[in-house]
Amino acid sequence: MAEVLLRDFGWRHAGRRSWAVRGVDLRIRHGERVLLLGPSGAGKSTLLAALAGLLPEDSGEAEGTVEIDGLDPRKARDGVGLLFQDPQTQLVMARSGDDVAFGLENRGVPAGEIWPRVSDALDRVGFPYPITRGTSALSGGEQQRLALAGVLALRPGLVLLDEPTANLDPAGGELIREAIARAHDRDSTLIVVEHRVAEALPLIDRVVVLAPGGGVAADGAPEVVFAGHGPSLAEQGVWVPGYPLPRHPAVAAPGDDLVRAHAAAFRHRLTEVSMTARGGEVLAVTGPNGAGKSTLALLLGGLLAPTAGRIEAFGEARPPHKWRAAHLTSRIGSVFQSPEHQFVTSRVADELALGPRRLGRSPAQVSATVDDLLARLRLTALAGANPHTLSGGEARRLSVATALATAPRLLVLDEPTFGQDRRTWIELVALLAALRDEGHGIVAVTHDEAFVTSLADRVHPLGVPAPPPLPRLRP
Amino acid sequence: MTLVLEPIADPAAPLARRNPVAKLGAALLFSAPLIATLDPLTPALALAVELGVLPFFGVRYGVLARRAWPLTLAAAGILVTMVLFAADRTGAHLVAVGPFDITTGVVAGALGLVLRVFAVALPGIIVFATTDPTDLADALVQNAKAPARFAIGALAAFRLIPLLTEEWQMLSLARRARGIDAGRNPLAKLRLFTSTAFALLVGALRRGGRLATAMDARGFDSTTPRTYARRQHFTGADVALVVGAGVLGAAALTTSVLTGFFNPILG
Repeated sequence: MAEVLLRDFGWRHAGRRSWAVRGVDLRIRHGERVLLLGPSGAGKSTLLAALAGLLPEDSGEAEGTVEIDGLDPRKARDGVGLLFQDPQTQLVMARSGDDVAFGLENRGVPAGEIWPRVSDALDRVGFPYPITRGTSALSGGEQQRLALAGVLALRPGLVLLDEPTANLDPAGGELIREAIARAHDRDSTLIVVEHRVAEALPLIDRVVVLAPGGGVAADGAPEVVFAGHGPSLAEQGVWVPGYPLPRHPAVAAPGDDLVRAHAAAFRHRLTEVSMTARGGEVLAVTGPNGAGKSTLALLLGGLLAPTAGRIEAFGEARPPHKWRAAHLTSRIGSVFQSPEHQFVTSRVADELALGPRRLGRSPAQVSATVDDLLARLRLTALAGANPHTLSGGEARRLSVATALATAPRLLVLDEPTFGQDRRTWIELVALLAALRDEGHGIVAVTHDEAFVTSLADRVHPLGVPAPPPLPRLRP
Repeated sequence: MTLVLEPIADPAAPLARRNPVAKLGAALLFSAPLIATLDPLTPALALAVELGVLPFFGVRYGVLARRAWPLTLAAAGILVTMVLFAADRTGAHLVAVGPFDITTGVVAGALGLVLRVFAVALPGIIVFATTDPTDLADALVQNAKAPARFAIGALAAFRLIPLLTEEWQMLSLARRARGIDAGRNPLAKLRLFTSTAFALLVGALRRGGRLATAMDARGFDSTTPRTYARRQHFTGADVALVVGAGVLGAAALTTSVLTGFFNPILG
């Protein structure tokens, strides 16, 4: 039982000049299932945090009112459950059952009721293991399922899901969507933030679009909202179904061989692979989780030494993992899945200058490279910003730009389009296509079928299916 | 680099099954008297008792030796230090190592210290080798009345530790990908290590903050009194373990006093 009422609601985080969310008038009735949309920066996550009662009064400035069943959300927390993006940082306990029990203990549920409710919640989300299963032995999708069970065990009247599949591969995302669909009952209200609309559609019956400057831009049944606002939403980066993506076939035949793997393998992580990456070609490496795709990217990028076989690059006698780092960056650029890992300075412009400086370029050359890349990747306005404060799309563009700064012939990217909104996706794919047409070689490890369709000239699938999960035994 | 945090004992062994707080208390009570004396007899007796009760904790000797191997490094360090720098070179002359005279006094002093290191550290190793961290946190909250905010919070943080290993590797590889390496220059190596460690720390703090928010979202900061899904009982057998440990520790000390070996650390 939960009804949500927002009147001209706004929130500004302490120390910020602009409002995170503002002017929102919204009434969500009991049992409604709402998809909350809006371009990044429109304040979707802030709104969810406000509804979950997780914005302490002293952490910012509020405007208007927000009520859940007539109560301040901070006082209604027992009736609200929130599922976050990252499964790693919402699991508390070492064993699966204990983790679901954690919330029940906090709420003072009598000990005798805890385990039946744990078991019930695990059944509802389709958790396939015994309750003693270690939480660290679960895949990302399974961990997120478990976290959902932890939320549902509390029987919240209002369930909030903050991009629940954003950190998961497609198989994990499917697991969690299935779990949401099967676990949700008509007794609770549901609000989902998810920019992959097609995947969220089966779960919801109403769409609310937040406008970037504040207020609600559209509100209503999905088909009505998308008929009226589809093009503008797609333009703003929302993945509205039915809008085609550009394709970028190669304009010329592939060029010379850049990097070759000869029966290269890595113990416990990658079985023997032989392949070649060529200039002027986009090679997509696909395959299920655990097949060793990321490890292969590290091997080709000269960052790891294979435990068997060898990697040969640019016709040099020494394998790339033995090269000095600066020399490596002038030939092979690597872009990691998580951009934050690669940021080492406190300014965007310094990040871009780092590589060329270490190669001994002159200050004039360095600043020319930096300016060129800032402009090319739409980062000029952010030149002085701290890389760790960038949005997901900006951070991704910067991480690609840092790899390009040393002008390597080969670019190795690990899940470059992962979690990106539609706008960043289109820009990124166009940029990679342009690089390929200039003669660069591109290797991309990816789960993204649209990326493969749109850009890949050749696909190298890696095998090794994951073993099926064990059946869950009732304790 | 992997961190071994799981218990290594047979959980059904009679003493391994005891309440974690009782085990911890017993370990403290038993080791405390050892601190009071410098003679080799007291720690030798204590070690004999510790090794004697080991099977009741379900820990096999080989497994313990593997878990306790860093102690042998400490022991070797003590031996070398004592041989080089011992002030007490009394007693019969045994052998000369270069300019250093090894006497019975040196040997007795070194032996006493090495035995002490083993005797004091082993009870702690046994407790953690036979105790599941979750059980320890539960028992601390339920039986020792430790605040849940502290005990369960520490437990949750503990779960993130293995992630740091993976994170360290990613950060190191990412730095190489950015063109940063140290080559053979030790100063550059130190700088690289420091900057990677700093990035690891920043990441850990960020992750810890997210975990804390998620825990509060599930009511960890609620003022409702917590209930316990897993009950930890403190029984007569647990009391007996604590009392027994105290008595045995005192007995070792008494024996050394009565036999004249006792050498108080103060005075």
